[in-house]
Amino acid sequence: MSDHIVKSYDRDLENMGRHISEMGGLAEKMLADSMDALIGLDSALAHRVIAADHRLDSLHREIEESAVLTIARRQPLAVDLRECIAAIRISGDIERIGDLAKNIAKRTLKIVSELQVARAAVGLRSMHEIAATQLKDSLDAYALRDIDRARMVWETDADLDALEDSVFRDLLTFMMEDPRNITFCTHLLFCSKNLERIGDHTTNIAETVVYLVTGETFPGERPKGRGVNYVEEAGEDAQ
Amino acid sequence: MTNAINVPKTHPVKVSVRGLNFYYGSSHALKSVSLPLNLNKVTAFIGPSGCGKSTLLRVLNRMYDLYPGHRAEGEVLLDGENILDPAIDVNALRARVGMVFQKPTPFPMSIYDNIAFGIKLYEKLPAAELDVRVEQALRGAALWDEVKDKLHTSGLGLSGGQQQRLCIARSVAVQPEVILFDEPCSALDPISTAKVEELIEELAEDYTIAIVTHNMQQAVRVSDYTAFMYLGELIEFGETDAIFNKPAEKRTLDYITGRFG
Repeated sequence: MSDHIVKSYDRDLENMGRHISEMGGLAEKMLADSMDALIGLDSALAHRVIAADHRLDSLHREIEESAVLTIARRQPLAVDLRECIAAIRISGDIERIGDLAKNIAKRTLKIVSELQVARAAVGLRSMHEIAATQLKDSLDAYALRDIDRARMVWETDADLDALEDSVFRDLLTFMMEDPRNITFCTHLLFCSKNLERIGDHTTNIAETVVYLVTGETFPGERPKGRGVNYVEEAGEDAQ
Repeated sequence: MTNAINVPKTHPVKVSVRGLNFYYGSSHALKSVSLPLNLNKVTAFIGPSGCGKSTLLRVLNRMYDLYPGHRAEGEVLLDGENILDPAIDVNALRARVGMVFQKPTPFPMSIYDNIAFGIKLYEKLPAAELDVRVEQALRGAALWDEVKDKLHTSGLGLSGGQQQRLCIARSVAVQPEVILFDEPCSALDPISTAKVEELIEELAEDYTIAIVTHNMQQAVRVSDYTAFMYLGELIEFGETDAIFNKPAEKRTLDYITGRFG
């Protein structure tokens, strides 16, 4: 929403939106590259993912600073205030998504010599597809202020949770087959957890988009797709 | 009328404005305005210059009576009694409905007499009781500690912020039921503004308050309810949190976010 009497106010808000788009594009690329690096055991690509995180962090700081400055300078109200709050929250989620992709890349560097990875990581590839779609949809929902698309991301995250459960079982089978698989399968387990958490961050983005547009938060709990697994048994349920 | 009144009618109403029209001669300044002032709550009137918010405030204690050619139609019920009724005692009304103006207006007399003057108009009190009432009023306006040692020096010697609180003390001294503030902080520095806002919050425990302000953040800070007016019409009335978070009317949103063309 533009058309403030003070034109520079519009520019401040537009710049924040533009920086978020840039962060989103970067995070999408990091996620895709980290998965390609993992499946292709490509350490050069993994290094590039790790290096790219630096830019994401500095964009995150810039957005936070400009949101705080805008609040201090313009004392925004209603949708303008939510615009600033949304920028802070969404840039935080994207920054975390970048960290998780970077973590996948770091783990890739530790298992590049394992020839079995591609076979064991089939389930991860499916998880990645869902996570990448969710990320794209949540970023589109933000760019277009589209609450239907946001709601879709919010509701379909259960699929990712369910898939994580099945990846867990697959990897467990690999580990039982041969104890030498335990090390790399443990890394893959963490990778699958990372993808599941990326999904959680995309639902956070979706929730923020709904808040931004309507001023209201989603009522109630997000649908969960996961059955009983080790995470719930340990009493941990990262959102 | 598009008066959007989004407030559940659960809170007791002190003043009820109903279908109010106001004319400055031939100019129609308020157009069928209806809204409540809830008991012991702060209601803010916001809107661009000339929207009628100050006019509305001036109707609430018949200040407009002072000028020829000004007339009001409709009803303004104070505890159910129509104060627009020509038979009403306007002086008694103004004791019940006090007013504080944009610029501090202390009388050219001592601090003590500034307060005592109003009380003496309505009541004959023995000197000792009058002292008590003056102290109460100054304490009520959070000014006592600053002036207790110089009560008999001129009120004009006080700072702008102190003068404004002196005027608030003067309003409080006659024990009104409703206090009207017409941009009470627009001539004050931020510290005095903060003191007056703190005071308004305290006063709301005992009085019903209406405040006209151009400062949106001030309306957010001090009020429970907000009325947005434009071109003499009430566009939207509701709880302040709702009005400033997600107003129902686009014109309200445009105004509070600085998009008014």
